Amino acid sequence: MNEPLWKRYLIWISGFVRGNFGESFEYKREVDELIWDRIAFTLLISIGSLIFTYIVAIPLGIYSATHQYKWSDHFLTFLSFVGMSIPAFLLALSLMVFAFDIFGVPLFGLFSAYYEGAPWTWGKLNDLFKHLWIPVIVVGINGTASLMRIMRGNLLDVLGQPFVQTARAKGLKEIVVVAKHAVRIAINPLISILGMSLPGILSGSAIVSIVLGLPTVGPILLNSLLNEDIYLAGTLIMMLSLLLVIGNLLADIALAWVDPRIRYE
Amino acid sequence: MKSIIETTEDIEGAGDPSTDGGQLSYRQLIWRRFRKNRMGVISGALLILFYGLAIGADFFAPYHYNEINMRLRHVPPQRLYFSLSYGFYVHGLKSVRNPESLELEFTKDIARSYPVKFFFKDADGKRHFFSSAGPMFLLGTDRMGRDLLSRIMYGARVSMTIGLVGVFLSIVLGSILGTISGYWGGWVDNLIQRIIEILSAFPDIPLWMALGAALPPGWSSIQIYFGITVILSIIRWGGLARQVRGKVLAYRESDFVMAARAAGAGHWHIITKHLLPGCYSHIIVIATLAIPGMILGETALSFLGLGIRPPMTSWGVLLEEAQRVTVLLHYPWLIFPAVPVLVVVIAFNFLGDALRDAADPYSD
Repeated sequence: MNEPLWKRYLIWISGFVRGNFGESFEYKREVDELIWDRIAFTLLISIGSLIFTYIVAIPLGIYSATHQYKWSDHFLTFLSFVGMSIPAFLLALSLMVFAFDIFGVPLFGLFSAYYEGAPWTWGKLNDLFKHLWIPVIVVGINGTASLMRIMRGNLLDVLGQPFVQTARAKGLKEIVVVAKHAVRIAINPLISILGMSLPGILSGSAIVSIVLGLPTVGPILLNSLLNEDIYLAGTLIMMLSLLLVIGNLLADIALAWVDPRIRYE
Repeated sequence: MKSIIETTEDIEGAGDPSTDGGQLSYRQLIWRRFRKNRMGVISGALLILFYGLAIGADFFAPYHYNEINMRLRHVPPQRLYFSLSYGFYVHGLKSVRNPESLELEFTKDIARSYPVKFFFKDADGKRHFFSSAGPMFLLGTDRMGRDLLSRIMYGARVSMTIGLVGVFLSIVLGSILGTISGYWGGWVDNLIQRIIEILSAFPDIPLWMALGAALPPGWSSIQIYFGITVILSIIRWGGLARQVRGKVLAYRESDFVMAARAAGAGHWHIITKHLLPGCYSHIIVIATLAIPGMILGETALSFLGLGIRPPMTSWGVLLEEAQRVTVLLHYPWLIFPAVPVLVVVIAFNFLGDALRDAADPYSD
């Protein structure tokens, strides 16, 4: 502890790569014991939001593009702008207040009081999923809105291409033209965006978790920063970055798997 | 992407009397296309209005943002009344102690009323756009009895400029490094690109949190303000640098740059006269679209208590008070600073989108 800063850093970082993350001053425990289940919950929420984002954004984008300049398109456009602009923590906060006001239940944490700290059972898992959807949606809203805009733009570009006209001229039904010819092409860039949407989702899950009191990386990170618990904070940020890099790698692999042009380059 | 809100006006053709035979500069063309985007123009006007209010907060706000009134804590928003004989006025306040929570609660006192005067002169002889001799809290007060409306107006100074200053910093950094990267290529390009990749490998809010927490506690408000600005821009310049690099790369091999080089022009001349002007519109669009992210970043940081610190105030600092549900349930008006955040961010998004469509030569 009495060593100069750079030396302590070197000791810590060389320990880090060997899986020794140091000790938390605040909790008086090894960092290693504190983080893993939190990282697991972070992953759960992030992957959930990612799935939510794609499941909601793609159909809405398609609908918006095929109904261009109709009032429903304008409405969705406006909605997506609001969705892109609303900070996730505000959404979480207002949702919490509404839920408390209307249903009288505190939307706090990932488990009901009954299952908190209890061993894993089917009942606990069920309880987890009952709580999970709120953070998943709140974290996913920002990404959904921007992804929807991108899907709409892509599809509109593709729908203006000659081969779509050919398909229509052949007398194919509009739904076949859109679903089989256009959407397939328009959806491709969305996979490369997958990697880019990860930082937003990880950031979002951190801040939403702080507001909603979820047992993820967010609250413990904030706490460690406020208490200058540097080994814990450093490890958490490293872990988040690691998740991001792995996610990017997976997204690249997925892209190569879907698009043969990238594979053979 | 095509423009989002297409206006119903016809596309202006040669019939416009104000033009002289289609000889319009690129800038004029952009301005014309921008003017046709109704949402963009409305957003621009709205932002100018907000910035005006923020700059003139000393005059427009009814009170000073730090005017503490310990006897008037958590006053709910008062209604503004109007009568023909009396003009605008508010009723006085009556305080009742809640028997359960033992907190003072305020209700309006019909018996008393105070006129709201324009160009009101307060006790120090300072003019306010509107204010009243009695208590007038149109958006309520916070836990120290400070007028929320005034605090929002003063907070706009920090929240709305932090985006501008931050974006300015990242423009400077991004354009310089992007140009260097694209123009010289080779190992310099490689190095800069790797740095950008490393920066983008961090999830931004956790990194901002860490850097915000690292600011020394002894710093003054102004130092913290600039510290936060630097933190926000240090992570966001990478995207801009990439875009500038791409443009510079494309222009570097173009005929007009070749011609300039053949004519013996120096690097500096080529960069400033031939390359950067082609990137201006691009840079402005990216910058406009980057501002909301920075405003939200500052708000989030201050909300968590890692950003701007009191006594300086910003929208995030104001929202920090509304962090707990129990507080919000009792004093719901504390969430009100979220409204300007949303309006400004949406307006910047619309403005940026309109500018992008206007700057895109293929958008018609």
